[in-house]
Amino acid sequence: MADLKAKFILNFIEDNRWRYITEGLSTTFIVTIFAILLGLALGFIVAVIRSTADKSDKHSIIIKVLDSICKVYLTIIRGTPAMIQLLIMYYIVFTSPDVSKRLVAILTFGINSGAYVAEIFRSGIMSIDNGQFEAGRSLGLNYAQTMVYIISPQAFKNVLPALANEFITLLKETSICGYIALTDITHGANVIRSQTYEPLMPLLAAAAIYLIIVTLLTAGVSKLERRLRTDER
Amino acid sequence: MSDNKQILFEIKDLCKDFGKVKVLDHISTTISQGEVVVIVGPSGSGKSTFLRSLNLLEVPTGGSILFEGLDITDPKCDINKHRQKIGMVFQHFNLFPHKTILENMTLAPMKVLKKSKDEAEKQAMELLKRVGLEEKANAYPAQLSGGQKQRIAIVRSLCMNPDVILFDEPTSALDPEMVGEVLNVMSDLAKGGMTMVIVTHEMGFAKEVGTRVLFIDEGQIKEENTPQEFFDHPQNERLKEFLSKVL
Repeated sequence: MADLKAKFILNFIEDNRWRYITEGLSTTFIVTIFAILLGLALGFIVAVIRSTADKSDKHSIIIKVLDSICKVYLTIIRGTPAMIQLLIMYYIVFTSPDVSKRLVAILTFGINSGAYVAEIFRSGIMSIDNGQFEAGRSLGLNYAQTMVYIISPQAFKNVLPALANEFITLLKETSICGYIALTDITHGANVIRSQTYEPLMPLLAAAAIYLIIVTLLTAGVSKLERRLRTDER
Repeated sequence: MSDNKQILFEIKDLCKDFGKVKVLDHISTTISQGEVVVIVGPSGSGKSTFLRSLNLLEVPTGGSILFEGLDITDPKCDINKHRQKIGMVFQHFNLFPHKTILENMTLAPMKVLKKSKDEAEKQAMELLKRVGLEEKANAYPAQLSGGQKQRIAIVRSLCMNPDVILFDEPTSALDPEMVGEVLNVMSDLAKGGMTMVIVTHEMGFAKEVGTRVLFIDEGQIKEENTPQEFFDHPQNERLKEFLSKVL
């Protein structure tokens, strides 16, 4: 017991080492939240373009070009590891030394997540019966209004579990931030380990924090799911 | 009987191909204000495709459709504007499951006609009263029976004050005991002077409420007559065969 206490003091109290964890926590939070928002926005746009191209049988040139761009984006992002994307973003795209590492991480993970969210949204849009679309259009709503008021709300409800999955993956994927020397939870814990030569406590602490965040996120999503299900009886 | 009334639809040589299959083969007819045109025919004959062409849910591959004098098959024409005036009722109701009955009815008037919420709701409640469903205003579609859903679908289209309503087999997905309540609403509409184009298998209804009956087979109008003549003295061989099977 006394041994554990000593280890705890060594790892977290001495030299204010707990700061690595709190700083890491705030980085992980900020990067994850902004990457989710960026990913949702990108994913929604890509999904709408892709499903519009799938739906209409006569393609306009603009839709065709946009659809091709989206396909290239999906292929590249989903075909390469997030870690390589992070390194490319930091060392090749942003060569300036004083660029914010958090910004680099947000952009990388946001663009990465957008590709997965796009396919999740697209599967949601495709899951809605075409009759819903026709009913909206026959009432005089235009394409965009039908998408926004009729298709998207139903599609969003259908893809919520898949979307939660993607957010959980994204949160854990941010643990590669250490590769550009950005202190997230994982990197912070690893720094403590390298200073104290004591891996057990910092790594378990990091694991526990991820677990708690994911648990809270899951609880939040299932609450939202229940609220959205009021119309099914 | 409606010769001197305003012509709503003027359809000329309408064609629709799906690949090599000719679904509509040079269909020409006119539909005037106040008419109740009933379309019958075997399945796969193109009658639904014809109906869905009238508000461009199916885009024709040939010919033209003049609606209130304007060619809606012209790519430059803003179809959203015309669809406001062409109501549509579907076989599978297509109510919006995530919205209450009232929201189903007020969405388009508010977003398209820019009516205020109060105004749209007032009109919706009056229409609900007319079909005896005002107590369902805040229910969701999933809580309604099939017949109730279809009555709601009809009044939802009425909320846009359409000049004509298209019915695509409105009773085909209903339990037999619920067919009557929907047909009653449709009869009332017809008596009120609404222009209606109806694809249906309800021959009794066609005879009673229709002002004109079309027989579509192999993508063509094979016979077109008043209900009396159509059912009592059919001329076309295919129609005779068809009627002998369904009557």
